[in-house]
Amino acid sequence: MTARRVDGWGRIDRSTHLPFTYDGGAFEGHAGDTLASALLANGVDVVAPSPIEGRPRGVFSAGIEEPNAFVELSAPWFEPIVPATMVDLVRGLAAHGRPGVGRLPLEPPATRPTDHRHTHVETLVVGGGGAGLAAAAEAASRGDRVLVAHDRAWWGGALPDEQAETVAADLVAVDDVTMLPSTTALGVYDDGYVVLHERAINADRIWHVRARRVVLATGALERPIAFADGDRPGVMLAGAVRVYLERFGVLCGERAVVLTTNHWAYATARALRDAGAEVVAIADVAPGGPAGEAARADGFEVLQGWSVARVEGGRRVEAAVLVSPDGAERRLDADVVAVSGGWNPNTHLYRGIGGGLRYDAAIASWVPDGDAPPWLEVVGTATGDGLPTSVPYAYTPAADLTRHYVDLQRDRTVADVLASVETGLRSVEHVKRRTYIGTAIDQGRTSGPLTAAIVNDALGEAFGAQGPTNARPPAVPVSFAALAGRERGALLDPVRTTPIHPWHLEHGAVFENVGQWKRPWFFPRDGEDTEAAVLRECRAVREAAGMLDASTLGKIDVAGPDAATFLDRMYTNRMSTLAVGGIRYGLMLGLDGMVMDDGVAMRLADDRFLVTTTTGGAATVLDRFEEWLQTEWPDLRVYCTSVTEQWATVAVGGPRARDVVAAAGCDVDLSAEALPFMAWRDGSIAGVTARVARVSFTGELSYELHVDGRHGAHVWEAVMAAGERFGITPYGTEAMHVLRAEKGYVIVGQDTDGTVTPDDLGMSWIVRKDDSDFVGRRSLARPDTVRIDRKQLVGLLPVDGSVLLPEGGQVVATEVVGAPPVPMLGHVTSSYRSAALERTFALAMLQAGRSRVGSTVYVALADAAVPCDVVAPVFWDPEDRRRDG
Amino acid sequence: MPLIRCPWCGDRDEVEFRYGGQAHVAYPSDPAALTDAEWADFLFVRDNPKGPWRERWFHTAGCRRWFNAVRDTATHRFVATYRLDEEPPELPT
Repeated sequence: MTARRVDGWGRIDRSTHLPFTYDGGAFEGHAGDTLASALLANGVDVVAPSPIEGRPRGVFSAGIEEPNAFVELSAPWFEPIVPATMVDLVRGLAAHGRPGVGRLPLEPPATRPTDHRHTHVETLVVGGGGAGLAAAAEAASRGDRVLVAHDRAWWGGALPDEQAETVAADLVAVDDVTMLPSTTALGVYDDGYVVLHERAINADRIWHVRARRVVLATGALERPIAFADGDRPGVMLAGAVRVYLERFGVLCGERAVVLTTNHWAYATARALRDAGAEVVAIADVAPGGPAGEAARADGFEVLQGWSVARVEGGRRVEAAVLVSPDGAERRLDADVVAVSGGWNPNTHLYRGIGGGLRYDAAIASWVPDGDAPPWLEVVGTATGDGLPTSVPYAYTPAADLTRHYVDLQRDRTVADVLASVETGLRSVEHVKRRTYIGTAIDQGRTSGPLTAAIVNDALGEAFGAQGPTNARPPAVPVSFAALAGRERGALLDPVRTTPIHPWHLEHGAVFENVGQWKRPWFFPRDGEDTEAAVLRECRAVREAAGMLDASTLGKIDVAGPDAATFLDRMYTNRMSTLAVGGIRYGLMLGLDGMVMDDGVAMRLADDRFLVTTTTGGAATVLDRFEEWLQTEWPDLRVYCTSVTEQWATVAVGGPRARDVVAAAGCDVDLSAEALPFMAWRDGSIAGVTARVARVSFTGELSYELHVDGRHGAHVWEAVMAAGERFGITPYGTEAMHVLRAEKGYVIVGQDTDGTVTPDDLGMSWIVRKDDSDFVGRRSLARPDTVRIDRKQLVGLLPVDGSVLLPEGGQVVATEVVGAPPVPMLGHVTSSYRSAALERTFALAMLQAGRSRVGSTVYVALADAAVPCDVVAPVFWDPEDRRRDG
Repeated sequence: MPLIRCPWCGDRDEVEFRYGGQAHVAYPSDPAALTDAEWADFLFVRDNPKGPWRERWFHTAGCRRWFNAVRDTATHRFVATYRLDEEPPELPT
């Protein structure tokens, strides 16, 4: 016989029929069912095989403690693995049994819309049973904003509770009270921060709750008892057997054996008999007691001091063999064995926030006591109050304990626990790690207390001398999809685009991500690959004119009477001596003397500068400015404002750049005399106000056109149109990288890595020689920074000019790479094909590199060492003859 | 996630802030006058006590102001926060 639905029992809507499928078979349940109750009602004994040994396993519990009945849901939405006991049945549900391990489909599955919500309340109640609802009603009556999270679809505890339903119905009607059924708390964190997971039919929702007061009404969980083959379908927790009958109208068997340490399981026996089942025996491991006497008086066969030695049967229990205190056995036909080893307060969330515990010998369990944060309160049976007295009894003694399953989801037995203790382990935590008990999806809710008791017993220590193992959030598994919420795909990270971005899209740019920015990497023409496009773009800049969208450059407005003094302290060179209208390149160091960013400063007025930063460094530099101003120099009157997105910047470079900019309708005198290198002038271009700056990152004659962001696209298109007859070519970041490397200009973060000083880059010229201090200066005199064997920036020319060195390639001294450890001289930081040089070239950081110029080194690749000539790191126009055009 | 009391904004989620290391470590008035050992001590060495100590925080995603806090490194509890121009509170014993 198997389970079946019985009339006159249950608190579900038997008039609503919900078709569903399980492992391909068609079934029907009712509104209010869980998948587990519906499977039981349909006589499904085996839900899934056990994960390691493949033993048949059925529904063991009625809640989150379920260690057996795991399913994958494929409709109406996908869930990789959930306990059937926590799945609210819906029409059209499709489930497949899974052996305790989920799998991801190859194609992205249908999921419910996922979302995150944030809320603040005075009182958050976790648990919508009687105690939780009472706490919520009390808080609501004080006028608190209240949120009640309950992990079941119904209000009240596991057993039907009309009073709780009434209280809940009243609370639903109260403003400022939010009632969330089917919502599980994943973790309780500092200062009343609680994360909830709501499993609604139309949404998979994560709640971030900040509560002034958190009430845990998380109830209690029943302990099993291990005996031989106690994992067979039909062996169930006694409380669950009663829940299936009283809430779902499912009778779990016709012939029941009840095994218990406490009086609560007698209620299960009485309910089973009332519903028409035969209770063939109640084995009570205690030697006697009032519950047993009362039951005997009512005609039950109560065997005091007895236990269950083993069960018989394969895919379903067929008989239970009971054993007396003196070892006598009795075999009884039975199709369900209802087991209760006592009850534990459900303290997972409480322990996760550091709540202390005390062992209560009366109920043989740990209960909350001490060390909880002041805003946290535990109520109801979660405190241990009202739980039945129980002896500690983890398993039925036997010679062979290898089928006394303790952790059903890890297929671990009493023998495994004892073997761990035998090897010398003395801590429950260590036993957990050796056996993996308690590490599965159910997080050891049934196996943990058993294991602690077995270890206590094996070590001859008192019960409660140690244990339980630590509990950590999340309290129940949660899918990454739910945690990700909407932050996936295009919404994974903010995407920043320049005002010229639409033009780039239209013209087929291939983009690269630079921080959050999308920057055109190159603009391929018909049939071009990356290399061909980049070579063409580079050639255009060297031979005619190119244009780059440089709008992503970080820009900081530094204003105030002390702006110049401040910048002098932040940069290695002097900015205070810069005239209005001038531009100066600057290096910024960390306190440790290492290069952290570079850029140019334009002096706009005596008390105002515009400072540019690297695209990726803008936020860091602004943070750093503000840190020094606030924490070290609050006397300086300086204000820093990020203006990166207020300005669009079009960089026009190449021998024809002057012609192009003039043709675009620029009213600034562009001659080298009127607008020399490293100067800016205000004026207009293409009808809009512009700041025109002579800055070059390519070595060619270049103009940076800074305009209001709104006019960026207009100016870009005007320059494109005007430049057409001069061969204007839009280029991307890859060509920009090649062109600057040909000039030996470093990129902070590519050629440097936070361990590089200005001198290492050959840039001592930018470090001022007077006595005045700047950030990082003292470190430049540290013994380590003046070592002569530091890595220094050099150029590398592969002897075979067609070989492209990999960036990151290691530089060694000899062609034949010896046995490890091979002395490393340095590494390649930048490497490109050059159109202008008609060969490959690279930049490298090389030990004592400047002294090696003229020698040959080798870049070690997997199959060869590539010989390279060490040269100065300037490959193009070392005399700077081209920058004035 | 703890709440941190910004002296200007009040209690805010920790994610709005950036940690700034030990407080009251002033930049030397004349770094050039320091020996290598003294400079290295300023540059690299910080206290690492178990228990309450004073540290810096930056309200990055809020008012963007730096402030100081007394936090217990053993319990992660914030004992006090105070402005840069305020006298540091006594450390609890």
